[in-house]
Amino acid sequence: LSRIGDELYLEPTESGLSLRAVNSSRSGFASFLFAPLFFQLYEPGSTGPETELFRCKVHMKSFLGIFRSLPSLEKSVGKCLILLKPRASRLVLQLHCKYGVTKTHNLAFQECERLQAVFDTQRCASHLCAPARVLAEAVVHFPLTLAEVTLGTGPGGKISLRNYVEDEAEPSKTMVTELWLAEDEFQSVAVAPGSHITFCLKEFRGLLSFAEASNLPLTIHFDEPGRPVIFTLDDTVLEVHLVLATLSNLQSNSQSPSTNGVSHLHAMSDDFVDDLESYMVTMETSEGGSERPPSPTFSLCTPRPAENKPEEEEEEERAVPGTPPHKKFRSLFFGSVMTPGRPGPATTQEVLAEDSEGES
Amino acid sequence: MRFRAKIVDLACLNHFSRIINTIAKLAKTCILRLTVCKLYFILSDKVANGGASMWCELSQGNFFNEFQMEGVAAEHNEIYLELVPENLSRALKTAQSAKAVKIKLTNKHCPCLRVAVELPSLSSSSRIVTHDIPVGVIPRRMWNDFREPSVPDFDVSIYLPVLKTMKSVVERMKNLSNFIVIEANLSGEMNLKIETHLVSVTTHFKDLGNPPWASEDGCQSSAQGRDLESMAEACIDIKKLQQLLAGQQVNPTKALCNIVHKRIVHFILLHEEVSLQYFIPAVA
Repeated sequence: LSRIGDELYLEPTESGLSLRAVNSSRSGFASFLFAPLFFQLYEPGSTGPETELFRCKVHMKSFLGIFRSLPSLEKSVGKCLILLKPRASRLVLQLHCKYGVTKTHNLAFQECERLQAVFDTQRCASHLCAPARVLAEAVVHFPLTLAEVTLGTGPGGKISLRNYVEDEAEPSKTMVTELWLAEDEFQSVAVAPGSHITFCLKEFRGLLSFAEASNLPLTIHFDEPGRPVIFTLDDTVLEVHLVLATLSNLQSNSQSPSTNGVSHLHAMSDDFVDDLESYMVTMETSEGGSERPPSPTFSLCTPRPAENKPEEEEEEERAVPGTPPHKKFRSLFFGSVMTPGRPGPATTQEVLAEDSEGES
Repeated sequence: MRFRAKIVDLACLNHFSRIINTIAKLAKTCILRLTVCKLYFILSDKVANGGASMWCELSQGNFFNEFQMEGVAAEHNEIYLELVPENLSRALKTAQSAKAVKIKLTNKHCPCLRVAVELPSLSSSSRIVTHDIPVGVIPRRMWNDFREPSVPDFDVSIYLPVLKTMKSVVERMKNLSNFIVIEANLSGEMNLKIETHLVSVTTHFKDLGNPPWASEDGCQSSAQGRDLESMAEACIDIKKLQQLLAGQQVNPTKALCNIVHKRIVHFILLHEEVSLQYFIPAVA
């Protein structure tokens, strides 16, 4: 979670404790839901007809600092108690250690609205599931500094990962790395042919390390470019979601500098990789001009859909000021879900997970 | 112009990668010259490189299982490419468990060296990773800029101390000064000196031995008839020396340097399958 954002949102619910984070440009959101069974004791608190379960956010660094050295914690800590004291404005973390030593940390928190990105894995056209190890072995070929990566599908059911080269970068000077995975490396593949999405690799790496460490298979749900990609991990007591915005298709696509409108598929040859590249290039350019119907799920903070491309780009830039690496990504759509059960999107552009005052 | 090569042996791949890593530490951009028998990595002594130059030569047969090259023309059966060695280093870094690595010169949107790595996988087909490294093709009229540098008329030639020791000395000296003086004589003595207004440090090496150079045409070189105790010295950029030493991951079979008094230091590092020459000019 700390790879995504600087603040940790704690949200106790009837179905468990949810820990969430969002990044500063609102293009990445993650949530970890720990079921009550995960805990020795779980009391989310009481709700009345007017009150909701208490929510708060704390500084990520303060929270992490308490669990700094995992190996020594594993040896010395018997129990950990997390207690929310709304009236005292403190989140209490108490570590019960060996020899009767108790370490109590009182963290200041801020109340907050519910942080919830609007997404629906069911609405995604494509789904992939792979053991975390396979994906980890795939991303190792890309440098740690690489910002964005494109995931795509190709002939023969192969799945590709390729580094994304920014429009501004000179294509003749940048190294392009592409990896192909066979369908049978995945536990399940249900993808729309010719689909591809570009998302932030750095934020994905965080989840991947977690998945590898917990040995859980990772499922990727995606749809058209511009619609968020959702990564999920499922366990009996843990449900993890990572939602990342994806690059929407712009008319001048930098990945296809010299295409000349060839629209037929190239036959697979021995050097299949060369031909696959041209294949994917033709797919990208043919999608570039098409209109996408506005999706009802993503209404608010989003710019108007693809009618007026230049305006959209401008709006996007206004929507996410001061975040150069992600300026082309759409903000994730945060519905103002005030209470569960109310229909999704409200009509305001209200950003719910606000920057706390004094945040640098 | 065509070039295709393939490595299947892991030890060869590992060795080749280490050489590329060394080159990447010495040069941000360099020339790769391909001939039927050899590969050369060349850095010419342009001002942009700080005046340092490099010549690294390896026999392709020691590394590649397949190597096919067609130069620009029959009489000039060579290819000169400009590339960023760091890119090649990165492409090979994660290929260390590969079943095969193929390198091919391609020209899709722009000239590239395509490195295709076939990796083992649990599935029925291998994983393929391709890295397209952009290269610049050097036209034949510019090939003269990249000729093999001749061994300078040196004053002293001496074997280097154990590189690991020399490296750790130079690394510590780097914290104190930007320039280092290398001095040596024909009695096998070498001193590494730094001097600032606060401190001066000298490390003395003895009994290093001086390589016997047969002089060409029987004529006297500057080294002959020279007083054995007299030191030849050159003051050079310490970072360049540190980069050279840091890039050596394996102990060379032979390591020596030739010093032209107050002009240039010429380092020669010889391994079984590769030779590296590095020239560092003296600062004024």
